[in-house]
Amino acid sequence: MSVRVQSEAFDVGGELARLTAGRRDIGAVASFVGLVRDMNAGCVEATEGTEAAEATEVGAMTLEHYPGMTERALEAIVAEARQRWKLFAVSVIHRYGRLTPGDAIVLVAVAGAHRGEAFAACEFIMDYLKTRAPFWKKEEGPGGARWVDARSSDATAMQRWQAT
Amino acid sequence: MTIRLLYFASLRESLGTGGEEFTLPSGVSSVAMLRQLLASRGGSWQALTQSQNLRAAVNQSMAGPDTAIKDGDEVAFFPPVTGG
Repeated sequence: MSVRVQSEAFDVGGELARLTAGRRDIGAVASFVGLVRDMNAGCVEATEGTEAAEATEVGAMTLEHYPGMTERALEAIVAEARQRWKLFAVSVIHRYGRLTPGDAIVLVAVAGAHRGEAFAACEFIMDYLKTRAPFWKKEEGPGGARWVDARSSDATAMQRWQAT
Repeated sequence: MTIRLLYFASLRESLGTGGEEFTLPSGVSSVAMLRQLLASRGGSWQALTQSQNLRAAVNQSMAGPDTAIKDGDEVAFFPPVTGG
């Protein structure tokens, strides 16, 4: 199990290879990579006939985190996933600092015997990470910098796991 | 009774500080009481009681209003998280 919080970029292929290196019992690897987009969240929620979003383009974003708690929170989420599913290996990498559109922010990779637990655990870890890991995004757009608001859909995504 | 206070993200910016050493007066023993005390500084500090969604963590674990605070603790306040 590996949790890393870092400012440097990561190599997805290399990380996936490391996850399965030397093992013959892994039948499935599911991975998720989150990327910085060039449009802001307000833009997505603005629909026709409603007020236009304040900014339409994101030039860069800076991720702040809480050193110490971040690692603890991610490790606790991975531990919870391992209680729910039989997992052979898990890797979570989350970046902080200044990132630009196209940059990878987060990698969650899960290895198991079959795809069912790998897919489920990967999504579970991401859903929990979104609401529990202490990261905050600040976007830089044409109108200046603004802190990204938490989305209620992220809380809803996490809560559905609590019902199961 | 000394504790370490930390503030993050938009809260850190509005307060103009990332944290402080804080002497806890006797009788202040929970997150809710600490929020009240800090809010009494006025100005941006009032967010600690007025902002509904400000989160708290004690010793790097999410905390509720009734979570106890004791000497040497690290207490953090921050807005809802937006990572991933």
